[in-house]
Amino acid sequence: MKQFTIEPLLGSDWQLGDGINIAFTNSALWMAITAVLVWVFVAGGMKRQLVPGRWQMAVETMTGFIDDLLEANVGKAGRKYVPYIFTLFMFILFGNLLGLVPVGLIPGIHAFTFTSHFTATGVLAIMSFSIVLIVGFWKHGFHFFSLFWPANTPVFLAAPISLIELVSFMVRPFSLALRLFVAMMAGHVLLKVLASFVIAGGGAGLGLGVLVGLPSFVLMVAISALEILVAGIQAYVFALLTSLYINDAENLH
Amino acid sequence: MPQIDQLSETLTSQVFWLLVFFGLTFVVVGLGMVPKILGTVEMRDNQIAGDLAAAQAARDAATAEEEAWRTRENANRAAAQALIGEAKAKAAAATAAKLAKAQGKLDTQLAEAEAAIEAARSSAMAEVEGVAADVARDIVARVAGADIKPATAKAAVKKVMAHG
Repeated sequence: MKQFTIEPLLGSDWQLGDGINIAFTNSALWMAITAVLVWVFVAGGMKRQLVPGRWQMAVETMTGFIDDLLEANVGKAGRKYVPYIFTLFMFILFGNLLGLVPVGLIPGIHAFTFTSHFTATGVLAIMSFSIVLIVGFWKHGFHFFSLFWPANTPVFLAAPISLIELVSFMVRPFSLALRLFVAMMAGHVLLKVLASFVIAGGGAGLGLGVLVGLPSFVLMVAISALEILVAGIQAYVFALLTSLYINDAENLH
Repeated sequence: MPQIDQLSETLTSQVFWLLVFFGLTFVVVGLGMVPKILGTVEMRDNQIAGDLAAAQAARDAATAEEEAWRTRENANRAAAQALIGEAKAKAAAATAAKLAKAQGKLDTQLAEAEAAIEAARSSAMAEVEGVAADVARDIVARVAGADIKPATAKAAVKKVMAHG
Protein backbone atom coordinates (compact mmCIF):
# COMPACT_ATOMS: atom_id res chain seq x y z
CA MET A 1 0.00 0.00 0.00
CA LYS A 2 3.05 2.23 -0.04
CA GLN A 3 2.16 3.38 -3.53
CA PHE A 4 -0.88 5.20 -2.10
CA THR A 5 1.01 6.92 0.70
CA ILE A 6 1.20 10.68 0.52
CA GLU A 7 4.55 12.13 1.54
CA PRO A 8 5.40 15.80 1.82
CA LEU A 9 8.18 16.76 -0.54
CA LEU A 10 8.40 20.48 0.16
CA GLY A 11 7.20 22.83 2.81
CA SER A 12 5.67 20.36 5.18
CA ASP A 13 4.92 23.31 7.45
CA TRP A 14 3.33 25.51 4.77
CA GLN A 15 0.02 26.73 6.05
CA LEU A 16 -2.87 28.57 4.56
CA GLY A 17 -4.35 30.69 7.29
CA ASP A 18 -4.40 28.95 10.62
CA GLY A 19 -3.70 25.24 10.71
CA ILE A 20 -4.60 24.56 7.10
CA ASN A 21 -1.63 22.54 5.90
CA ILE A 22 -0.75 22.83 2.23
CA ALA A 23 2.49 20.89 2.05
CA PHE A 24 3.65 20.15 -1.51
CA THR A 25 3.34 16.37 -1.54
CA ASN A 26 4.12 13.66 -4.07
CA SER A 27 0.42 13.76 -4.90
CA ALA A 28 0.67 17.46 -5.69
CA LEU A 29 3.78 16.79 -7.77
CA TRP A 30 1.93 14.29 -9.96
CA MET A 31 -0.99 16.67 -10.30
CA ALA A 32 1.53 19.25 -11.48
CA ILE A 33 3.08 16.79 -13.94
CA THR A 34 -0.41 15.96 -15.21
CA ALA A 35 -1.23 19.63 -15.66
CA VAL A 36 2.03 20.24 -17.52
CA LEU A 37 1.53 17.22 -19.80
CA VAL A 38 -2.03 18.22 -20.61
CA TRP A 39 -0.74 21.69 -21.41
CA VAL A 40 2.08 20.30 -23.56
CA PHE A 41 -0.29 17.98 -25.38
CA VAL A 42 -2.83 20.66 -26.18
CA ALA A 43 -0.18 23.29 -26.94
CA GLY A 44 1.24 20.92 -29.55
CA GLY A 45 -2.07 21.15 -31.39
CA MET A 46 -2.18 24.94 -31.40
CA LYS A 47 -0.52 25.43 -34.80
CA ARG A 48 -3.97 26.15 -36.21
CA GLN A 49 -3.04 24.85 -39.64
CA LEU A 50 -5.72 24.42 -42.22
CA VAL A 51 -4.34 21.00 -43.05
CA PRO A 52 -3.52 19.54 -39.63
CA GLY A 53 -0.43 17.56 -38.80
CA ARG A 54 -0.58 14.40 -36.70
CA TRP A 55 -0.32 16.13 -33.34
CA GLN A 56 -2.86 18.78 -34.25
CA MET A 57 -5.13 16.04 -35.55
CA ALA A 58 -4.83 14.18 -32.22
CA VAL A 59 -5.68 17.27 -30.18
CA GLU A 60 -8.57 18.17 -32.48
CA THR A 61 -9.86 14.62 -32.16
CA MET A 62 -9.94 14.99 -28.38
CA THR A 63 -11.66 18.38 -28.40
CA GLY A 64 -14.03 17.17 -31.09
CA PHE A 65 -14.78 14.09 -28.98
CA ILE A 66 -15.77 16.21 -25.97
CA ASP A 67 -17.62 18.65 -28.22
CA ASP A 68 -19.65 15.81 -29.73
CA LEU A 69 -20.27 14.32 -26.27
CA LEU A 70 -21.78 17.57 -25.02
CA GLU A 71 -23.62 18.18 -28.26
CA ALA A 72 -25.22 14.73 -28.01
CA ASN A 73 -26.09 14.90 -24.30
CA VAL A 74 -26.87 18.56 -23.69
CA GLY A 75 -27.44 19.98 -27.16
CA LYS A 76 -26.38 23.37 -28.50
CA ALA A 77 -26.30 24.84 -24.99
CA GLY A 78 -23.66 22.26 -24.08
CA ARG A 79 -20.91 23.98 -26.06
CA LYS A 80 -20.11 26.42 -23.30
CA TYR A 81 -19.16 23.53 -21.01
CA VAL A 82 -16.56 22.15 -23.44
CA PRO A 83 -13.60 23.89 -21.69
CA TYR A 84 -14.58 22.44 -18.31
CA ILE A 85 -15.43 18.93 -19.48
CA PHE A 86 -12.37 18.82 -21.70
CA THR A 87 -10.10 19.85 -18.84
CA LEU A 88 -11.80 17.36 -16.56
CA PHE A 89 -11.47 14.53 -19.06
CA MET A 90 -7.85 15.23 -19.95
CA PHE A 91 -6.82 15.81 -16.33
CA ILE A 92 -8.32 12.51 -15.19
CA LEU A 93 -7.11 10.61 -18.26
CA PHE A 94 -3.53 11.82 -17.94
CA GLY A 95 -3.60 11.30 -14.17
CA ASN A 96 -4.82 7.73 -14.61
CA LEU A 97 -2.32 6.92 -17.35
CA LEU A 98 0.61 8.50 -15.52
CA GLY A 99 -0.02 6.17 -12.61
CA LEU A 100 0.52 3.24 -14.97
CA VAL A 101 3.83 4.46 -16.36
CA PRO A 102 6.52 2.19 -14.89
CA VAL A 103 8.71 5.02 -13.61
CA GLY A 104 9.37 2.86 -10.54
CA LEU A 105 12.05 1.15 -12.62
CA ILE A 106 14.20 4.22 -12.01
CA PRO A 107 15.57 3.92 -8.46
CA GLY A 108 14.22 6.43 -5.99
CA ILE A 109 11.26 7.45 -8.11
CA HIS A 110 7.78 6.27 -7.18
CA ALA A 111 4.77 6.61 -9.40
CA PHE A 112 1.69 8.03 -7.76
CA THR A 113 -1.88 8.00 -9.02
CA PHE A 114 -3.69 10.95 -7.50
CA THR A 115 -6.97 9.67 -8.93
CA SER A 116 -6.69 6.73 -6.53
CA HIS A 117 -7.39 9.14 -3.65
CA PHE A 118 -10.97 10.02 -2.92
CA THR A 119 -9.82 13.36 -1.59
CA ALA A 120 -8.78 14.24 -5.15
CA THR A 121 -11.65 12.58 -7.00
CA GLY A 122 -14.01 14.05 -4.40
CA VAL A 123 -12.90 17.57 -5.25
CA LEU A 124 -13.49 16.89 -8.95
CA ALA A 125 -16.91 15.38 -8.23
CA ILE A 126 -17.93 18.27 -5.98
CA MET A 127 -16.87 20.73 -8.66
CA SER A 128 -19.04 18.95 -11.24
CA PHE A 129 -21.94 18.73 -8.79
CA SER A 130 -21.58 22.41 -7.88
CA ILE A 131 -21.76 23.37 -11.53
CA VAL A 132 -24.97 21.37 -11.85
CA LEU A 133 -26.47 23.09 -8.79
CA ILE A 134 -25.34 26.58 -9.79
CA VAL A 135 -26.54 26.23 -13.39
CA GLY A 136 -29.79 24.61 -12.26
CA PHE A 137 -30.75 27.25 -9.75
CA TRP A 138 -29.41 30.08 -11.92
CA LYS A 139 -31.48 29.07 -14.93
CA HIS A 140 -34.60 27.71 -13.29
CA GLY A 141 -34.68 29.15 -9.78
CA PHE A 142 -36.77 27.16 -7.36
CA HIS A 143 -38.39 25.46 -10.33
CA PHE A 144 -35.19 23.36 -10.40
CA PHE A 145 -36.75 21.34 -7.57
CA SER A 146 -39.18 19.91 -10.12
CA LEU A 147 -36.22 17.71 -11.09
CA PHE A 148 -37.36 15.53 -8.20
CA TRP A 149 -40.82 15.16 -9.63
CA PRO A 150 -40.51 13.34 -12.96
CA ALA A 151 -43.05 14.18 -15.63
CA ASN A 152 -46.41 12.39 -15.48
CA THR A 153 -45.92 11.15 -11.91
CA PRO A 154 -49.28 10.53 -10.24
CA VAL A 155 -49.86 12.87 -7.31
CA PHE A 156 -50.20 10.10 -4.73
CA LEU A 157 -46.72 8.85 -5.72
CA ALA A 158 -45.18 12.32 -5.53
CA ALA A 159 -43.86 11.95 -2.00
CA PRO A 160 -42.02 8.60 -2.33
CA ILE A 161 -40.80 9.32 -5.86
CA SER A 162 -39.44 12.73 -5.02
CA LEU A 163 -37.72 11.25 -1.97
CA ILE A 164 -36.07 8.59 -4.13
CA GLU A 165 -35.13 11.19 -6.72
CA LEU A 166 -33.67 13.44 -4.05
CA VAL A 167 -31.56 10.62 -2.64
CA SER A 168 -30.33 9.57 -6.07
CA PHE A 169 -29.51 13.19 -6.83
CA MET A 170 -27.59 13.69 -3.59
CA VAL A 171 -25.68 10.44 -4.12
CA ARG A 172 -24.33 11.63 -7.47
CA PRO A 173 -21.15 13.35 -6.25
CA PHE A 174 -20.30 10.35 -4.06
CA SER A 175 -20.84 7.83 -6.83
CA LEU A 176 -18.87 10.03 -9.21
CA ALA A 177 -15.92 10.31 -6.83
CA LEU A 178 -15.99 6.75 -5.53
CA ARG A 179 -16.28 5.12 -8.95
CA LEU A 180 -13.04 6.68 -10.18
CA PHE A 181 -11.21 6.22 -6.89
CA VAL A 182 -12.25 2.56 -6.56
CA ALA A 183 -11.47 1.68 -10.16
CA MET A 184 -8.00 3.18 -9.96
CA MET A 185 -7.19 1.79 -6.55
CA ALA A 186 -8.50 -1.70 -7.35
CA GLY A 187 -6.42 -1.92 -10.50
CA HIS A 188 -3.25 -0.88 -8.72
CA VAL A 189 -3.90 -3.23 -5.79
CA LEU A 190 -4.53 -6.11 -8.18
CA LEU A 191 -1.27 -5.43 -10.01
CA LYS A 192 0.50 -5.13 -6.66
CA VAL A 193 -0.88 -8.50 -5.44
CA LEU A 194 0.09 -10.23 -8.67
CA ALA A 195 3.53 -8.63 -8.54
CA SER A 196 3.98 -9.97 -5.01
CA PHE A 197 3.03 -13.43 -6.34
CA VAL A 198 5.69 -13.12 -9.01
CA ILE A 199 8.33 -12.09 -6.48
CA ALA A 200 7.34 -14.69 -3.90
CA GLY A 201 6.98 -17.45 -6.50
CA GLY A 202 10.32 -16.64 -8.03
CA GLY A 203 11.97 -16.58 -4.63
CA ALA A 204 10.56 -19.96 -3.61
CA GLY A 205 12.52 -21.95 -6.16
CA LEU A 206 12.14 -23.14 -9.72
CA GLY A 207 9.01 -25.26 -9.23
CA LEU A 208 6.86 -22.60 -7.62
CA GLY A 209 8.40 -19.96 -9.84
CA VAL A 210 7.15 -21.73 -12.97
CA LEU A 211 3.87 -22.79 -11.38
CA VAL A 212 2.89 -19.49 -9.72
CA GLY A 213 5.31 -16.77 -10.76
CA LEU A 214 5.08 -17.20 -14.50
CA PRO A 215 1.25 -17.33 -14.80
CA SER A 216 1.00 -14.38 -12.45
CA PHE A 217 3.43 -12.44 -14.62
CA VAL A 218 1.46 -13.23 -17.77
CA LEU A 219 -1.72 -12.18 -15.98
CA MET A 220 -0.01 -8.95 -14.90
CA VAL A 221 0.79 -8.08 -18.48
CA ALA A 222 -2.81 -8.69 -19.49
CA ILE A 223 -4.20 -6.73 -16.56
CA SER A 224 -1.82 -3.85 -17.27
CA ALA A 225 -3.37 -3.64 -20.73
CA LEU A 226 -6.81 -3.77 -19.12
CA GLU A 227 -5.80 -0.99 -16.72
CA ILE A 228 -4.86 1.25 -19.62
CA LEU A 229 -8.33 0.63 -20.99
CA VAL A 230 -9.89 1.31 -17.58
CA ALA A 231 -7.91 4.55 -17.30
CA GLY A 232 -9.55 5.77 -20.50
CA ILE A 233 -12.99 4.43 -19.65
CA GLN A 234 -13.09 5.97 -16.18
CA ALA A 235 -12.07 9.36 -17.53
CA TYR A 236 -14.77 9.01 -20.18
CA VAL A 237 -17.38 7.92 -17.63
CA PHE A 238 -16.57 10.86 -15.39
CA ALA A 239 -16.92 13.29 -18.29
CA LEU A 240 -20.04 11.55 -19.61
CA LEU A 241 -21.85 11.52 -16.26
CA THR A 242 -20.93 15.12 -15.60
CA SER A 243 -22.37 16.09 -18.97
CA LEU A 244 -25.53 14.08 -18.25
CA TYR A 245 -25.94 15.84 -14.90
CA ILE A 246 -25.36 19.19 -16.59
CA ASN A 247 -28.06 18.22 -19.07
CA ASP A 248 -30.50 17.86 -16.14
CA ALA A 249 -29.70 21.39 -15.05
CA GLU A 250 -29.57 22.89 -18.52
CA ASN A 251 -32.69 21.24 -19.98
CA LEU A 252 -35.00 20.74 -17.04
CA HIS A 253 -37.84 18.51 -18.11
CA MET B 1 -5.30 2.12 3.46
CA PRO B 2 -3.39 5.41 3.30
CA GLN B 3 -6.36 7.15 1.72
CA ILE B 4 -8.20 6.86 5.05
CA ASP B 5 -5.26 6.72 7.46
CA GLN B 6 -3.80 9.97 6.14
CA LEU B 7 -7.13 11.66 5.56
CA SER B 8 -6.97 14.28 8.28
CA GLU B 9 -3.36 15.29 7.71
CA THR B 10 -3.46 15.45 3.88
CA LEU B 11 -7.00 16.55 3.10
CA THR B 12 -6.31 20.28 2.91
CA SER B 13 -3.11 19.83 0.94
CA GLN B 14 -4.83 17.50 -1.54
CA VAL B 15 -7.78 19.83 -2.03
CA PHE B 16 -5.58 22.91 -2.29
CA TRP B 17 -3.12 21.54 -4.84
CA LEU B 18 -5.80 19.85 -6.90
CA LEU B 19 -7.71 23.13 -7.09
CA VAL B 20 -4.48 24.94 -8.00
CA PHE B 21 -3.39 22.59 -10.77
CA PHE B 22 -6.85 21.78 -12.09
CA GLY B 23 -7.67 25.48 -12.01
CA LEU B 24 -4.47 26.34 -13.86
CA THR B 25 -5.20 23.68 -16.47
CA PHE B 26 -8.77 24.90 -16.78
CA VAL B 27 -7.76 28.53 -17.25
CA VAL B 28 -4.74 27.97 -19.50
CA VAL B 29 -5.86 24.94 -21.51
CA GLY B 30 -9.63 24.86 -21.17
CA LEU B 31 -10.37 28.55 -21.51
CA GLY B 32 -7.25 29.63 -23.38
CA MET B 33 -6.59 26.92 -25.91
CA VAL B 34 -9.66 24.76 -26.42
CA PRO B 35 -11.86 27.51 -27.93
CA LYS B 36 -9.08 28.34 -30.39
CA ILE B 37 -8.76 24.69 -31.39
CA LEU B 38 -12.52 24.39 -31.80
CA GLY B 39 -12.38 27.62 -33.81
CA THR B 40 -9.72 26.14 -36.07
CA VAL B 41 -11.86 23.07 -36.63
CA GLU B 42 -14.90 25.20 -37.34
CA MET B 43 -12.91 27.42 -39.70
CA ARG B 44 -11.74 24.36 -41.58
CA ASP B 45 -15.25 22.92 -41.72
CA ASN B 46 -16.54 26.23 -43.04
CA GLN B 47 -13.76 26.38 -45.61
CA ILE B 48 -14.52 22.85 -46.76
CA ALA B 49 -18.22 23.61 -46.95
CA GLY B 50 -17.45 26.80 -48.89
CA ASP B 51 -15.15 25.00 -51.28
CA LEU B 52 -17.75 22.30 -51.82
CA ALA B 53 -20.41 24.92 -52.49
CA ALA B 54 -18.11 26.70 -54.94
CA ALA B 55 -17.37 23.43 -56.69
CA GLN B 56 -21.08 22.68 -56.89
CA ALA B 57 -21.78 26.14 -58.31
CA ALA B 58 -19.01 25.72 -60.89
CA ARG B 59 -20.42 22.37 -61.82
CA ASP B 60 -23.91 23.79 -62.20
CA ALA B 61 -22.53 26.61 -64.35
CA ALA B 62 -20.68 24.11 -66.52
CA THR B 63 -23.85 22.05 -66.90
CA ALA B 64 -25.84 25.14 -67.91
CA GLU B 65 -23.07 26.14 -70.33
CA GLU B 66 -23.12 22.71 -71.87
CA GLU B 67 -26.89 22.84 -72.17
CA ALA B 68 -26.69 26.21 -73.94
CA TRP B 69 -23.96 24.93 -76.21
CA ARG B 70 -26.05 21.90 -77.04
CA THR B 71 -29.05 24.05 -77.92
CA ARG B 72 -26.88 26.31 -80.07
CA GLU B 73 -25.28 23.33 -81.71
CA ASN B 74 -28.66 21.77 -82.44
CA ALA B 75 -29.88 25.01 -84.01
CA ASN B 76 -26.71 25.22 -86.12
CA ARG B 77 -27.14 21.66 -87.19
CA ALA B 78 -30.77 22.25 -88.15
CA ALA B 79 -29.77 25.33 -90.16
CA ALA B 80 -27.04 23.38 -91.93
CA GLN B 81 -29.49 20.59 -92.61
CA ALA B 82 -31.95 23.09 -94.14
CA LEU B 83 -29.16 24.58 -96.28
CA ILE B 84 -28.20 21.15 -97.51
CA GLY B 85 -31.82 20.30 -98.28
CA GLU B 86 -32.24 23.52 -100.24
CA ALA B 87 -29.08 22.92 -102.24
CA LYS B 88 -30.18 19.38 -102.87
CA ALA B 89 -33.57 20.53 -104.14
CA LYS B 90 -31.95 23.17 -106.32
CA ALA B 91 -29.52 20.68 -107.75
CA ALA B 92 -32.30 18.19 -108.38
CA ALA B 93 -34.37 20.82 -110.21
CA ALA B 94 -31.38 21.85 -112.34
CA THR B 95 -30.66 18.25 -113.16
CA ALA B 96 -34.28 17.66 -114.11
CA ALA B 97 -34.29 20.72 -116.38
CA LYS B 98 -31.07 19.65 -118.04
CA LEU B 99 -32.39 16.17 -118.52
CA ALA B 100 -35.59 17.49 -120.05
CA LYS B 101 -33.61 19.68 -122.42
CA ALA B 102 -31.39 16.81 -123.45
CA GLN B 103 -34.40 14.60 -123.86
CA GLY B 104 -36.02 17.19 -126.15
CA LYS B 105 -32.85 17.45 -128.20
CA LEU B 106 -32.63 13.72 -128.46
CA ASP B 107 -36.29 13.47 -129.40
CA THR B 108 -35.92 15.99 -132.24
CA GLN B 109 -32.75 14.27 -133.42
CA LEU B 110 -34.56 11.00 -133.36
CA ALA B 111 -37.50 12.43 -135.24
CA GLU B 112 -35.18 13.99 -137.82
CA ALA B 113 -33.33 10.74 -138.20
CA GLU B 114 -36.56 8.86 -138.54
CA ALA B 115 -37.81 11.34 -141.15
CA ALA B 116 -34.53 11.01 -143.04
CA ILE B 117 -34.80 7.25 -142.92
CA GLU B 118 -38.38 7.47 -144.08
CA ALA B 119 -37.42 9.77 -146.95
CA ALA B 120 -34.53 7.52 -147.90
CA ARG B 121 -36.82 4.53 -147.84
CA SER B 122 -39.50 6.18 -149.91
CA SER B 123 -36.94 7.41 -152.44
CA ALA B 124 -35.42 3.94 -152.51
CA MET B 125 -38.94 2.52 -152.96
CA ALA B 126 -39.56 4.90 -155.85
CA GLU B 127 -36.30 3.84 -157.40
CA VAL B 128 -37.21 0.20 -156.94
CA GLU B 129 -40.55 0.97 -158.64
CA GLY B 130 -38.79 2.67 -161.50
CA VAL B 131 -36.37 -0.22 -161.89
CA ALA B 132 -39.24 -2.74 -161.57
CA ALA B 133 -41.24 -0.89 -164.24
CA ASP B 134 -38.23 -0.86 -166.61
CA VAL B 135 -37.62 -4.55 -165.92
CA ALA B 136 -41.28 -5.31 -166.44
CA ARG B 137 -41.28 -3.40 -169.79
CA ASP B 138 -38.20 -5.30 -170.89
CA ILE B 139 -39.70 -8.63 -169.88
CA VAL B 140 -42.95 -7.77 -171.66
CA ALA B 141 -41.03 -6.66 -174.76
CA ARG B 142 -38.93 -9.84 -174.86
CA VAL B 143 -41.64 -12.30 -173.95
CA ALA B 144 -44.63 -10.78 -175.65
CA GLY B 145 -42.83 -8.56 -178.09
CA ALA B 146 -45.23 -5.80 -177.11
CA ASP B 147 -43.95 -2.44 -176.50
CA ILE B 148 -45.88 -1.00 -173.64
CA LYS B 149 -45.67 2.48 -172.48
CA PRO B 150 -43.60 3.20 -169.42
CA ALA B 151 -46.63 4.69 -167.66
CA THR B 152 -48.63 1.49 -168.09
CA ALA B 153 -45.74 -0.60 -166.75
CA LYS B 154 -45.39 1.69 -163.84
CA ALA B 155 -49.09 1.44 -163.00
CA ALA B 156 -48.96 -2.33 -163.24
CA VAL B 157 -45.90 -2.53 -160.99
CA LYS B 158 -47.55 -0.21 -158.52
CA LYS B 159 -50.67 -2.38 -158.52
CA VAL B 160 -48.63 -5.57 -157.93
CA MET B 161 -46.51 -3.94 -155.21
CA ALA B 162 -49.55 -2.61 -153.50
CA HIS B 163 -50.90 -6.18 -153.41
CA GLY B 164 -47.52 -7.59 -152.66
